[in-house]
Amino acid sequence: MTDFRAAYLEELTNIAPDIDPDTVGDDEHIQDDLELDSMDVLNLVMALHKRFGVDIPEADYPRIATVALATRYLESHVAS
Amino acid sequence: MQTDSPNALSRAKGSRPEMSHPDSVEAERWRMAAELVDGFDDGLNICHEALDRHVENGHGDQAALRWLGKSGETRDLSYADMRALAARFANVLTAHGLQPGDAVFGLMGRVPELYAGALGTLKAGMVFTPLFSAFGPEPIRTRMEIGSATALITTASIYKRKIAAWRDELKSLKLVLILGDEAPEGCVALGPALGAAAPEFDTVHTAPEDPALIHFTSGTTGKPKGAVHVHNAVLYHAFSGRHALDLTPGTIYWCTADPGWVTGTSYGIIAPLVNRVTMIVDEAEFDLDRWYGTIQRERVEVWYSAPTAIRMMMRTGAEAARPYDFSSLRFLASVGEPLNPEAVTWSAKVFGKPFHDNWWQTETGGIMIANQPGMEVRPGSMGKPMPGIEAGIIDRAEDGTLTELGDGQVGELALRPGWPSMMRAYLHEQARYDKCFVDGWYLSGDLAMRDADGYFWFVGRADDLIKTSGHLIGPFEVESALIEHEAVAEAGVIGVPDETAGEVVKAYVTLNPGHEPSAELERALRGHARKALGPAVAPREIVFRETLPKTRSGKIMRRLLKARELGLPEGDISTLETDES
Repeated sequence: MTDFRAAYLEELTNIAPDIDPDTVGDDEHIQDDLELDSMDVLNLVMALHKRFGVDIPEADYPRIATVALATRYLESHVAS
Repeated sequence: MQTDSPNALSRAKGSRPEMSHPDSVEAERWRMAAELVDGFDDGLNICHEALDRHVENGHGDQAALRWLGKSGETRDLSYADMRALAARFANVLTAHGLQPGDAVFGLMGRVPELYAGALGTLKAGMVFTPLFSAFGPEPIRTRMEIGSATALITTASIYKRKIAAWRDELKSLKLVLILGDEAPEGCVALGPALGAAAPEFDTVHTAPEDPALIHFTSGTTGKPKGAVHVHNAVLYHAFSGRHALDLTPGTIYWCTADPGWVTGTSYGIIAPLVNRVTMIVDEAEFDLDRWYGTIQRERVEVWYSAPTAIRMMMRTGAEAARPYDFSSLRFLASVGEPLNPEAVTWSAKVFGKPFHDNWWQTETGGIMIANQPGMEVRPGSMGKPMPGIEAGIIDRAEDGTLTELGDGQVGELALRPGWPSMMRAYLHEQARYDKCFVDGWYLSGDLAMRDADGYFWFVGRADDLIKTSGHLIGPFEVESALIEHEAVAEAGVIGVPDETAGEVVKAYVTLNPGHEPSAELERALRGHARKALGPAVAPREIVFRETLPKTRSGKIMRRLLKARELGLPEGDISTLETDES
């Protein structure tokens, strides 16, 4: 089974390489705590789309805003 | 303004660089603006116009600011509350020995204390500089050094991450105020300090030409420039708020810009309060449903936003907007970069009103050219000059002489100086300031065209500055941060087109011996730049080159990098000495 947590962290830190993946807490908000800006979020959504073929509508952005939320979201939205 | 106005106005023009109109014409021209402010018998203070006078005139109970917290909480502050909070700020600053003229910097998210802190600073006759809280430590330090910051209002988290390491090296800095009830060592907690301070403070009777605000803006070369604005600017804030944005007393108004940028101060604090509107302030970043929900729930009437956000809404489509009621909206405006025609048409369809694009700069202090209320909107155009503003399209010859161009010709957008919110100086940079004014024109650095009907159309920047998500970024600042990395020998930074952000920052770098291009190094460099500069300024993409195109004098030719990136003609490359490889 795909490790969505690791994959998400990899895409996240590729967009924001200033973030050390080992220090990211599961419930840290990517904008409020990790300081991504809205362009970063857009790029993250595109990277996840490219990697998993998953379409994340704008209304679902809050559902990928932390590692914990995103892992759950990807688990349920990426076709296995 | 009453009887004191002609006096205030005539004093106001003393230090202006080049006047194109005799005093009487100018006074007459801004009479309409002066009627929107009260002034003192012996001066003018933005805070008095924004808060004090409304309370004195019986509007103390009206909501000045409705704050929407990130977690869904709301906090309402009436004009009386805001005046009291600003007064407490003024008392705290004064009690710590600060004097009129001292420089107070604000560096935090959109919380009521930031707004009250800005107004309290002005109330005390001090000079306020907002900084964008997502800046990294380097842009913050550079700007606080240039501005000789005396005090800083910030949060514990920002202080620890971005300030503490170098705080002691900034000798001018006497006071650091920290939001909340606790503060790190050497700082003062705002909660108890404001609580203990008196809610009354006699607003300092500043002269119209006393500095009030300093906004930093990027330069193509060298350090950022601190554009100095004076209290008299409030005439134009009042006037343009009324006539470009339709801000009338009682209007429910939402400016989505952060006060860290000039729009978020001129039209996110001053113009709305001077016009006695109720401001919506959202602490959170862009979130589609939150934004649509805010307009519906708060019954927003006037909405001032930016192309990047509008394009993000467009990406989602009209469907996502359908469940919401936008019938409260009366006027929509956009600024920061040109709004594409599709976005204008789309907004008219989805919101029932089109976004009205307008144009101005940090230096102009207020909206200069606009699709004004009641005017036919030309999608893709920035509109027509505001009443009292004279704009032209100029060609600069090799020898420096200017020629005014006719309709349909592309040239540099220029303005006749003299309106009240024009910058009065670049801090400590007289020569750079003087260069902006030639033959009675202020030269904007933007290329534009005027059509036969008098509408102006943005074409591009005349220099190398990058416009990303509405923010102006100087390539030099980004290049400087990159070459601080041990692997980087040289860097050239340009803006490349992006359908959402307008442009995004892209860097070309050459490496020092012992370093090889790799995906890991690219990531490491982006990480380094983000740490130093913050995400809004750091490059989103870095590419490696063996050499960069340079002139004989060793200057990197950004223009050539950009032309090649865009597949455009390379233009005059006679000064090219070393080409890119």
